[in-house]
Amino acid sequence: MGWFTTSSTKGDKNAAKGLFVVCPGCKSHIFEEERKNNLKVCPKCNHHDRLTYKERLDLIIDPGTFREFNSHISTTDPLEFVDGKGSYADKAAQAKAKTGMNEAIVTGSGNINGIRVVIGVMDFRFLGGSLASGTGEKILLAAEHALRMKRAFILFSASGGARMHEGIISLMQMAKTCAGISKLNKANIPYISVMTDPTFGGVSASYATVGDINLAEPGAMIGFAGRRVIEQTIKQKLPKDFQTSEYLLDHGFVDAIVNRSEMKDYLHNVLMYCSRKKA
Amino acid sequence: MSLDFEKEIADVEKRIAELSALDKSRSPKRKAELTSLKRKVKSMTKKVYSELSPWDTVQIARHADRPLLRDFIDGMCSEFLELHGDRHQGDDKAMIGGFATLGGQRCMLIGMVKGRSVEEKVESNFGMPNPEGYRKALRLMKLAERYGLPIVCMVDTPAAYPGREAEERGQAEAIARNLTEMAALEVPIIVVVTGEGGSGGALGIAVGDAILMLRYAVYSVIPPEGCAAILWRDAAKAADAADALKITADSLLEFGVIDEIVDEPAGGAHRDPETTIAATQEAIVRNIKKLKRRGAKRLVDQRYNKFVKIGRFKHARS
Repeated sequence: MGWFTTSSTKGDKNAAKGLFVVCPGCKSHIFEEERKNNLKVCPKCNHHDRLTYKERLDLIIDPGTFREFNSHISTTDPLEFVDGKGSYADKAAQAKAKTGMNEAIVTGSGNINGIRVVIGVMDFRFLGGSLASGTGEKILLAAEHALRMKRAFILFSASGGARMHEGIISLMQMAKTCAGISKLNKANIPYISVMTDPTFGGVSASYATVGDINLAEPGAMIGFAGRRVIEQTIKQKLPKDFQTSEYLLDHGFVDAIVNRSEMKDYLHNVLMYCSRKKA
Repeated sequence: MSLDFEKEIADVEKRIAELSALDKSRSPKRKAELTSLKRKVKSMTKKVYSELSPWDTVQIARHADRPLLRDFIDGMCSEFLELHGDRHQGDDKAMIGGFATLGGQRCMLIGMVKGRSVEEKVESNFGMPNPEGYRKALRLMKLAERYGLPIVCMVDTPAAYPGREAEERGQAEAIARNLTEMAALEVPIIVVVTGEGGSGGALGIAVGDAILMLRYAVYSVIPPEGCAAILWRDAAKAADAADALKITADSLLEFGVIDEIVDEPAGGAHRDPETTIAATQEAIVRNIKKLKRRGAKRLVDQRYNKFVKIGRFKHARS
């Protein structure tokens, strides 16, 4: 008992106890220790498991250089939303307790191999990485900081879409964040979007797909509508690789798929082309 | 077609129709009865429409007789020169646009087509645009910007089409691109939500300087049925979801998401399309005139400020 568990996609708590995990990609049993040392990537099938914001920052930002912005921005309950299973206020409180975060994204500035950038990292554990007031505000403020400081903005997305519990206000965060990106475009400040598993709905239909450079992790699920909704609408089965990073690359919506282990150096190399000063 | 909550009104209306047909003699007694019944309909309608639930409003917004984009164009525009195609993929029949003149104002008018007959509905994909629809809209908006024409966007869509080809051609990117580009367009943009404001599919042409909404239109992050299926695990709880989501014009005005409610007569636009269309035209023309006076830079700055201030969050103590 407790020797085999599925990896973090299925349940964090169990994975921490087990010696082995079952890879959600290839279903083979792998040593938890080996998976952890391999950046939560399956050594057998290259399945990239989801990362917490902290794991992501440790991977991308030079040690000791990260300075967080606006960590105090937190959720309210503007609609006083209650559904069949309880209130939004309670769900948000649980998410905060579980993750130690106040919202579904962490933003700040930090160095990538010595280059100072502004970075945002979404965390799927916080209400499915959903986009709502606080998330939108933090992204906008980060974009405005990048604009003022003339630094590249790098945004890692992981989200099921707009947060229903804040209703129309969540929808408007799509327009709000894109307004911020629009200012970066106009000022020729680089904006790099990295789509990780999953990137859907209101997030794919706003800032995640309009990077100057769109990158994706291997095997990430990325799309506008969910697979089930589409299958119900068109009454057809969809191909197995539908809405994967690789599928998006094939259809022209991603510049490159980059392995997690190479992401930091890849971003650094791209940034070397994005600085007007050095030209 | 009458809605559930309108059943009593419909019954009296039916009685009036019967009496009117019968009443060849026009006896004073019949006349009096007719007058009293008509008065009754009026007061019943007023009462029912003052107590509508959000879910009732959804039914009105989707009513089969509600004026659609082509009705608005016919009723509002002295001229409409439709311009087709996105120049890449094709011509989306769910999203149309073109040069339009209304109330003497030349503009670029863009909007979703739902269709009334079965053939029209199928042809216009039930008002659900594909990526090429959003790209056509953006092409026309950019054209309007070059020619200094105000843009009018008429929103009435259940959603952006959730289909295989739509995904393959970048539905998400097409909407995101519009949001990004519309934030910076240097001409006035007037948005009118006339029926269903279906999530990102609506927002894809709804970033503007003046956001108007008809009294019985709805605008939501997700259709109530979809929200109920996910959060209640029961699509039949759509009425509860509609309540919780706060999707009516009054709620949106309160949240600062819209700027103005265009009134509909009691009984809704489907009972009196002409009055509704005239009120819509008046509101559009008035806003065009007002926004035309704003310089390009101020226009873009104010639009930016308008959207970035939307949000309700708090500063938590650490």
